[in-house]
Amino acid sequence: MSILILAEHDNASIKGATLNTVAAAKAIGGDIVVLVAGEACGAAAEAAAKIEGVSKVLVADNAAYGHQLAENVSLLVAELGKDFSHILAPASTSGKNTLPRAAALLDVAQISEIISVESADTFKRPIYAGNVIATVQSSDAIKVITVRTTAFDAVSAEGGSAVVEAVASAHDAGTSSYVREEVAKSDRPDLTAASIVVSGGRGMQNGDNFAMLYSLADKLGAAVGASRAAVDAGFVPNDMQVGQTGKIVAPDLYIAIGISGAIQHLAGMKDSKVIVAINKDEDAPIFQVADYGLVADLFNAVPELDSAL
Amino acid sequence: MKVLVAVKRVVDYNVKVRPKSDGTGVDLNNVKMAINPFCEIAIEEAVRLKEKGVVTEIVAVSIGAKVSQEQIRTALALGADRGILVETDVEVQPLAIAKLLKAVCDKEQPQMVILGKQAIDGDNNQTGQMLAALTGMSQGTFASEVVVEGDSVTVTREVDSGSQVVKLSLPAVITTDLRLNEPRYASLPNIMKAKKKPMDVMTPEELGVEVTPRVTTLKVEPPAERKAGIKVADVAELVEKLKNEAKVI
Ligand SMILES: Cc1cc2nc3c(=O)[nH]c(=O)nc-3n(C[C@H](O)[C@H](O)[C@H](O)COP(=O)(O)OP(=O)(O)OC[C@H]3O[C@@H](n4cnc5c(N)ncnc54)[C@H](O)[C@@H]3O)c2cc1C
Ligand SMILES: Nc1ncnc2c1ncn2[C@@H]1O[C@H](COP(=O)(O)O)[C@@H](O)[C@H]1O
Repeated sequence: MSILILAEHDNASIKGATLNTVAAAKAIGGDIVVLVAGEACGAAAEAAAKIEGVSKVLVADNAAYGHQLAENVSLLVAELGKDFSHILAPASTSGKNTLPRAAALLDVAQISEIISVESADTFKRPIYAGNVIATVQSSDAIKVITVRTTAFDAVSAEGGSAVVEAVASAHDAGTSSYVREEVAKSDRPDLTAASIVVSGGRGMQNGDNFAMLYSLADKLGAAVGASRAAVDAGFVPNDMQVGQTGKIVAPDLYIAIGISGAIQHLAGMKDSKVIVAINKDEDAPIFQVADYGLVADLFNAVPELDSAL
Repeated sequence: MKVLVAVKRVVDYNVKVRPKSDGTGVDLNNVKMAINPFCEIAIEEAVRLKEKGVVTEIVAVSIGAKVSQEQIRTALALGADRGILVETDVEVQPLAIAKLLKAVCDKEQPQMVILGKQAIDGDNNQTGQMLAALTGMSQGTFASEVVVEGDSVTVTREVDSGSQVVKLSLPAVITTDLRLNEPRYASLPNIMKAKKKPMDVMTPEELGVEVTPRVTTLKVEPPAERKAGIKVADVAELVEKLKNEAKVI
């Protein structure tokens, strides 16, 4: 068996999600090849070559892949992927954008967001907002899979010494172009990788009140997340949304503040090790999954917690 | 221009479904069904583009059992002009759905196809991307803003790091994110009018598409349950527990 992994990177470095995806590949077993498709992405390719367990890195360094547009990268993945038994990518917005397109070009199904590897063709994945876990078996010759990164412990970014090979093919579909990006800048840890996450919901009332959570997060070295209601109300940007249709997190500690605990929110955080809920409504469903529940007005409890730390 | 909107019939988002006790499937007896919320956003976007004069005709397409007509009727009540039901009683997976939608596109020649980013039953998030691949169209996935200018469309996409803007040549596939718009409710007069709007019914065989599943569900089970926790009396107790019991701070 041989596994092709589409690396998540920013041309300069490899994103952590790639390391979890390599872990899923190791669980499948076989030769692991990482594809770095980008522009001036030599540094990312070198970093990929050091990942534990990777035997080869393919670098497609071309202007067509500069912004990793799905139209172009999927053509490349479909071309290279023919020689592999499995093609994997993290279930990030980037993996979700490109991999189904590559699967369709190969005329095979995609298995989305696997959380475990049962065998080379059988996997578990959550459906219905995580209320059901399905065990699915693929009959396709090439298994195209996205990986829920929180379900696989990252392999080490160091210790490997893979060969790096350049790929010449440049696919430019010519149907799309990159205009711009607005990247949310933050000194706090990445939401999906942080070991502590503090999240606020509609109960926060407005964006200014999130300052309380930022202060708390900074004391804890935590990332800050939000419910969809908080994002929709414009309190915070969309990249902070945790849930079925936002980001999936599984930190050691998740603190939900002013969040009711709708199933769509729980889908994104209920695999956290320890869950704390602060809510003034003692019947809020979030308490059903919380290890420690505090029934209190957040505007009293959060400042108190902040000063207790 | 003509727009095709794909609408899926799914379990209502408020329903917490459970696996059947024998693990063979999900218990959908007597549960409320609805249009997938992301598909509702897709219709709304098409209707807004029509109201702006950009779009001239909206065709709502659904693939599934006969009852999926209900969701097409809802789409018609929300402003779609006509409907197409690709009727089948077998489970159709995203790749086959994409092939069926491609066959419909070949007939209808839309300039834009709008789908939801994900169906909240299977949580696959694949169909739009697959349709784009099969038709060679460009794709604007997870859209939070769609602006049509001449023969191109500029799409703002919600991505993990923030947002990204791409410019796509038409025809294009768009998949909707939650914040693209807030869908309207269908008014009673529009619900009545929808009953008279045309709806074509066709089958996968008529469209020449092979829909055999590539992925078999061996079993379904509930997720690991969290054991019930405790209520703490105050912040001091919370901090004490987190430090000494859970040892996470
Ligand atoms: C298709 C679809 C996808 C969705 N995806 C997601 C998703 O990915 N993520 C997500 O989060 N949601 C998602 N949702 C929305 C979800 O259904 C809920 O509407 C949302 O999670 C509610 O957010 P909330 O808990 O912040 O708000 P609410 O449900 O309004 O809860 C606010 C809570 O704050 C408490 N509160 C208020 N004031 C105070 C105070 N002063 N002190 C303490 N507590 C206070 C209240 O008691 C209440 O429990 C989705 C919905 C749909 C239809
Ligand atoms: N059976 C179906 N009929 C019509 N549209 C569908 C169907 N299945 C999926 N779609 C479309 O594809 C989107 C994404 O679905 P999925 O890839 O299954 O998560 C949905 O929001 C619909 O717009």
